[in-house]
Amino acid sequence: MITVVDYEAGNLKSVETALYHLNAEFTISSDPEIIVKSDKVIFPGVGEAKHAMGVLRSRGLDKAIITFASTGKPLFGICLGAQILQDYSEERDTQLLGIIPGDVKLFPSDMDLKVPQIGWNTVSHDSSLLFEGIPQESSFYFVHSYYLSTKLSGGSDSPWIAGRSKYGITFASAVHRDNIWATQFHPEKSGPKGLKLLDNFIRRID
Amino acid sequence: MFQKRIVVCLDVRDGKTTKGIRFKGNVDIGDPVVMAEEYYNQGVDELVFYDITASAERRGIMIDVVRRVAEKIFIPFCVGGGIATVDDMSAVILAGAEKVSINSAAVRTPSIITGGARRYGSQCIVLGMDAKVDSSMPSGYGIVIDGGRVKTGKDMLEWAKEAESLGAGEIVLNSIDADGTRDGYEITATRLVSESVGIPVVASGGAGIPDHLVDVLTRGKADAALVASMVHYGDFSVGEIKKVLSESNVPVRLD
Repeated sequence: MITVVDYEAGNLKSVETALYHLNAEFTISSDPEIIVKSDKVIFPGVGEAKHAMGVLRSRGLDKAIITFASTGKPLFGICLGAQILQDYSEERDTQLLGIIPGDVKLFPSDMDLKVPQIGWNTVSHDSSLLFEGIPQESSFYFVHSYYLSTKLSGGSDSPWIAGRSKYGITFASAVHRDNIWATQFHPEKSGPKGLKLLDNFIRRID
Repeated sequence: MFQKRIVVCLDVRDGKTTKGIRFKGNVDIGDPVVMAEEYYNQGVDELVFYDITASAERRGIMIDVVRRVAEKIFIPFCVGGGIATVDDMSAVILAGAEKVSINSAAVRTPSIITGGARRYGSQCIVLGMDAKVDSSMPSGYGIVIDGGRVKTGKDMLEWAKEAESLGAGEIVLNSIDADGTRDGYEITATRLVSESVGIPVVASGGAGIPDHLVDVLTRGKADAALVASMVHYGDFSVGEIKKVLSESNVPVRLD
């Protein structure tokens, strides 16, 4: 069974509707035991990192997600759900779950671009299973002020990067290693290509 | 590459679109959900639904429309019209809308912007501004409400900056002078607002041909352009507009 983590994230409803549309069998839960025992977990999110971490901790969901990730079963973080999988966020100095190495950073203020990035941006991807059937430079919908870092602390490129996008700077718009998957964009709001990506996670990735 | 957005706006009264809107093929469609699907298939980037239902007791119909739209289209959409409290915002967002748009209510009670942003994040809160040429204002434009009938005494740029600082995540700038003319957007006002705030600005009012969108997205520095009648009456599809934009080197989503 696929479980969507319920911690009152803003896009829970959209993810739920998209999964219904895809005829996925899934459950929505905030119960740590159900999450740990799931076959796959989708971790959505819109909002602010510190508040979200507070909600996750208060419900024991932080530990549940870390435990689930260690089982080797597929985990998919979306937007804030992707960011929370990293180590640390500059957004109100917040410690995160530490599943994906690297820090979440605020877009530079000197880019001559609007922050947050709101709108459609193209993704150069690594043709991994999540992007199967999705052409290079396809567009996805983004809403964010902070981005997933592409560099490790030593300065080398993270081996986790599965997709890159450019908004003033180049940032990681998709991340993957082993059983962990994450996108900065919202597949549930990215039209047919986004639905295809969600479908890939549901049906192609074990 | 980051792309400019094309936003289609639908006016809804008592759960139906207000005009006998005609797509190519001359089929009259009054169901906003069917229309939303049509524009989704044409490749629109975002939709806005304005509820112009007069009576408060019939407003629940709109929530049902929002719920049905959310089940059919998988792109962001915004709902505006008659939203005066954070609870009104909640009803729309919980039904599946990404964003809510507030206009007159925000002028009367600016704290509603902050209240909405704290609850749902700035990215959810769109400030609709109706601007009108007014030489007595520092920017040359004043803010009007209630469909343009009432002057507020607010300067356009002052209000845009104030709304941003209160927590608005986006501004839809509608020119009352250009609205309905189909002669083109108000380029000067759009550029002034876009250059004064750090949040995205959606240009509204005056679109008649695709070149008008090229103009406002380049010279006008808008981040997105809103269209209504030019697509509702079948003169142009969203795809045709995007083709012109792309040929004019304005980055848009074509896939």
